[in-house]
Amino acid sequence: MLQVENIRKSFGPLEVLKGVSLRVEQGDVVAILGPSGSGKTTLLRCMNFLETADGGTMTFDGETFPLAGMARRDAARLRKKTAFVFQDYNLFRNKTALQNVTEGLVIARKTPRDQAVSIARRALEKVGMADRENHYPHQLSGGQQQRVAIARAIAANPEIIFFDEPTSALDPELTGEVLAVMRQLADEGMTMLVVTHEMGFARTVSNRVIFMEDGVVVEEAPSRAFFESPREERSRAFLRTVRSAGTADDSI
Amino acid sequence: MIDERLAGILADSFWKILLPGLTMTIPLTAIAFFLALIIAAAAALVQFANVRGLKQLSRFYIWVARGTPLLVQLYVVFYGLPRLGVVIDPFPAAVIVFSLNEGAYCAEIIRAALESVPVGQLEAGYCVGMSYMQTMRRIILPQAARTAFPSLSNSLIAMVKDTSLAANITVAEMFMATQKIVARTYEPLALYIEVGLIYLLFSTVLTKLQSVGEKKLNIYEET
Repeated sequence: MLQVENIRKSFGPLEVLKGVSLRVEQGDVVAILGPSGSGKTTLLRCMNFLETADGGTMTFDGETFPLAGMARRDAARLRKKTAFVFQDYNLFRNKTALQNVTEGLVIARKTPRDQAVSIARRALEKVGMADRENHYPHQLSGGQQQRVAIARAIAANPEIIFFDEPTSALDPELTGEVLAVMRQLADEGMTMLVVTHEMGFARTVSNRVIFMEDGVVVEEAPSRAFFESPREERSRAFLRTVRSAGTADDSI
Repeated sequence: MIDERLAGILADSFWKILLPGLTMTIPLTAIAFFLALIIAAAAALVQFANVRGLKQLSRFYIWVARGTPLLVQLYVVFYGLPRLGVVIDPFPAAVIVFSLNEGAYCAEIIRAALESVPVGQLEAGYCVGMSYMQTMRRIILPQAARTAFPSLSNSLIAMVKDTSLAANITVAEMFMATQKIVARTYEPLALYIEVGLIYLLFSTVLTKLQSVGEKKLNIYEET
C-alpha cells in the first residue's frame, strides 16, 4: 500500500537518513525502534512531507512520487489519505476537543458540519473522551490530549496513521491509556506506522519491527522474531540496553 | 486658590475642550488606528510568510517609521511636501502620518505574536489536510490575535495621547483648543491640567475596554 525507497535527508552537514526503504501493507502495525538520533522521527516526518527529503521515492496506492521535488498539491492530496499523531499532541489550542476533531473534516474535507460533528463524537467516544468534548486542550491532561489527537486522526478515516513517539511526553500512568487506545485501533485493523520507545507495545501489538540506527535500517523482522532472536549484533545490543533499563517488559 | 473667575473659566472651557476631543481626537485616533492595523497586519504577514521582496520592503518601512520622530514625520508631510506640490489638508495629513507611524510599531507586535505560535500548530493543520491559508486563518491568526491584543491595546492608548502632536500641523483637536483658551485667559496651569484629565478619562475608558476584551479572549488560555 505504502512504500518508500531510498529516502535521504541531511540537516546541514549532518546526514540523518542515509537511504532508508520500507514497505507497509494494509493492516500492518509497524513499530520503528532505535536509539535517539537514529532518524526515526525524521523518517516519519519526511513520509508526511513535514520535512522535505533530499532524495528517494514514495509509492502510495500505486502512484509513485519523487520525495525531493514533491509538488505542494500532491503533498496535500496524499496527506488527506493519512493522519499524524505528534509526540507533543499539537491539538489546536484555540479549539475545543470536539472542534479539534471537526476542524479538518469541515475545513479541509468540506464535510457538512452536522455530519462532521457526529463523526467527531463517535471518534471521541472510541478514545474515551466523549465527556470532554467541550474542554480546551489546556483543560486536559497529556494523556487526554493525546487521545483527542488520536480521535482527530481516526475521524478522517485515513488509510494509515503515523505515530511519532505518541507516549514519550507522558507520565507512565498516562502512557497506559494512550497505548490501550492504540492497541484497540490495531485490533480493528488500522494500518499504523509507529515510532516508539515502548518495547511492550512493539512486542505485543505490532506485527513487524524496523530497527534503525545512524540513519539506516539495521534489521527488519516480524516482531516476535525480532524480540526473541534478533539477527544483527546491533539489534541485540540495543535490546540488551533497553532491557537493562527496565523498559522491555512494560506491560500495557 | 480656585477663585470664582478660575472656576468659571474651567467650567466654560470644559465643553470647549471636550467637544474637539469628541469630533477630532477620537475620530483621528479611530481612523488612524484602524488603518495602522491593516498596514501592520500586511507588513507582519509578508514577513511571517517570508514573501521575498515584500519582506524587505516592510523591514525598510518599519526601520524608517520607527527610527524617526513622529513630530518630524508630521512636519515633513504637512510643511515639507507642499514644496513638491503635494498639499494635504491637516486632518488627512495627520491620519496618514499617525497610521504609518503606528503601523510600524503594531507590525512588530503582530509579527512577534505570530512567531509565538508553536510551529506544531501549523504542522497539525497540514496533517488534518488543511492548506497554509486555511491553517493561518483558522488556527494561527486567532492565537496570535490573543497574544497581540494587550500590546495593541497599549499602542491604541498611547496613540490617543500622541494625537495632541497634531496641534502642530493645525488640526483643531483638544490640545489646540486648550492652547487657544490659555492664550485668551492666561491660566496655563489650570487649563493644561484640565486637558490632561480629559486625556486621562479617554485612556481610562480604553483601559476598561481592554480588560473586558482580554477576559473575552481568555477562554482557551491557561492563566
